[in-house]
Amino acid sequence: MQTLDEASAQPDEAEWEGPKIRYDLAKEFVLALVAVAVLTVGLAVVFSSPDEHPVTIRQWAQATPADFLATAVTELDGSSPTASYGPPYDTAPGSGQTIGPLAPERWIGVHEPVSAAQDFVLGPLQVAAHSDPDLQSALASYQAAPAATAQQWTAAYSSALGHVGFSGSAVVVPPGRYGPLPPMMSALLTMARTGSLDADLLSSPQFYGTDYTKPLLFLADGSFLADKAQAEHLSGSQWGMMNETGNFPGQAWLWLYTMWYQVWPFTHTGNADALVWGLMMLLTLGLLLVPFIPGLRAVPRLVPVYRLIWRDHYRRLDEARNKPLR
Amino acid sequence: MTVPGLEASPTWTGRLRRAAVRALPPDKLLPDDQPSYVASWVYVFGVLTLAAFVIVLASGTVLVLRGPSWWHQSKTGLFVNSLHLWSVELFFFFMVLHLWGKFFMASWRGRRALTWMTGVVTFAISVATAFTGYLSQQNFDSQWIATQAKDGINSTGAGAFFVVTNFGQMLLWHVLLLPVAVAALVGLHLLLVRHRGVVRPLPARGRATRPAAKRPTPSTPAGRT
Repeated sequence: MQTLDEASAQPDEAEWEGPKIRYDLAKEFVLALVAVAVLTVGLAVVFSSPDEHPVTIRQWAQATPADFLATAVTELDGSSPTASYGPPYDTAPGSGQTIGPLAPERWIGVHEPVSAAQDFVLGPLQVAAHSDPDLQSALASYQAAPAATAQQWTAAYSSALGHVGFSGSAVVVPPGRYGPLPPMMSALLTMARTGSLDADLLSSPQFYGTDYTKPLLFLADGSFLADKAQAEHLSGSQWGMMNETGNFPGQAWLWLYTMWYQVWPFTHTGNADALVWGLMMLLTLGLLLVPFIPGLRAVPRLVPVYRLIWRDHYRRLDEARNKPLR
Repeated sequence: MTVPGLEASPTWTGRLRRAAVRALPPDKLLPDDQPSYVASWVYVFGVLTLAAFVIVLASGTVLVLRGPSWWHQSKTGLFVNSLHLWSVELFFFFMVLHLWGKFFMASWRGRRALTWMTGVVTFAISVATAFTGYLSQQNFDSQWIATQAKDGINSTGAGAFFVVTNFGQMLLWHVLLLPVAVAALVGLHLLLVRHRGVVRPLPARGRATRPAAKRPTPSTPAGRT
């Protein structure tokens, strides 16, 4: 066996041949397991865990019908965030974030097709129209109209929603040239308020379904979901991705990812998501390759944290070196 | 006498056994001693991370056994979910301390770069595992995270295949693919730690040193230098 001084002078690759101490790995693991288990149970008993109920389209339509109608009209006229999103949902022109010349969204293309007007408005109305001849006629009129005419109707109806009123289940808007939109929007609001729109947006060709893409996209296009998130301090400007509802810790480990969204230039670009993700991938690659990056791999030698970690070793080494040779 | 496990069998299995025993003989795989410098609280964070991971898996397994809706409807389920949440929080807390500790120890020295890299990849995949867990909660938090996170993931092009708004897909990633990946990486990381041993201390800067060659060595008896 080598002395502490001799063993310490060996290269990093060399097996340690110096003094050793008894170290019971199995016992250490069992003690750690017990300690973490006790700590976990204690935290679970004292703090429990959050479970804020999900919001539904029904709640949205009942609580803020004007916002629901305004969102539905933007789905129809193609101006909603989903309708103008681009890949992977649709092929909206000029859509998709980029990093300089790189446009991975566009390269991959549409893989989760969503037609906002058809899936969120016209499709559900067509189902309801089977038992409602007036709605069937309104729908036929809307779909037969030239695109420019339909745009005039949706623009006029959208403006009128600033003065919308509700009388029972009826939507009351000031007189105007809205074409067949009033009966269509009234019918859609009724469907939403009764909950049938939630079911329609979840329906799939199979009996079972687990894909919530359509209802989530529709909800996200309105203000109801975002307002609730704001109240729960979950919005983007509130470091939302790393927060949880209530006062519970969320994904605190996402602090760096979330931080970029709070600072320039990411706060002033339409490509913030692509840029932040690109930066985080680069930083993760840097962390992965620290052992090979000159300068970065030398940082631990310059920061004296290691002297604190191995202070007992250095003290023993000093003692051994100061012992007179015989 | 032939050392068990090292018989020169020409079979693939025999060769694999010999390679495994050579890389990790039993006293290296499960040693009951360590170099004298392995005496600091910083060494505890690795095993605490492992312990928290075991509790994450155990509590997650109970949630899997009862299905994704159970914890919303039952007080027992809510308690198990709380165990899962808090063990995940502890898992990341200990893992980050472990990671920073190993960074400041420059633990990649001595052909240990792969050990460092498996640790970093484990951290990254653990973040993805936790993320899919938050998406699988079936509550308001899941809804909000899905609608916000989709933009980031879509911007990379990955949103075409990793659909955060698809509950079924996220749940399967969370309970099967990602935990298996984390467990496999943790296993590989531990084997590499045992194979290479614990990294030795950095040479202390600014301390009085005496060349080791002047110390007595086994081949130069004391008093004859």
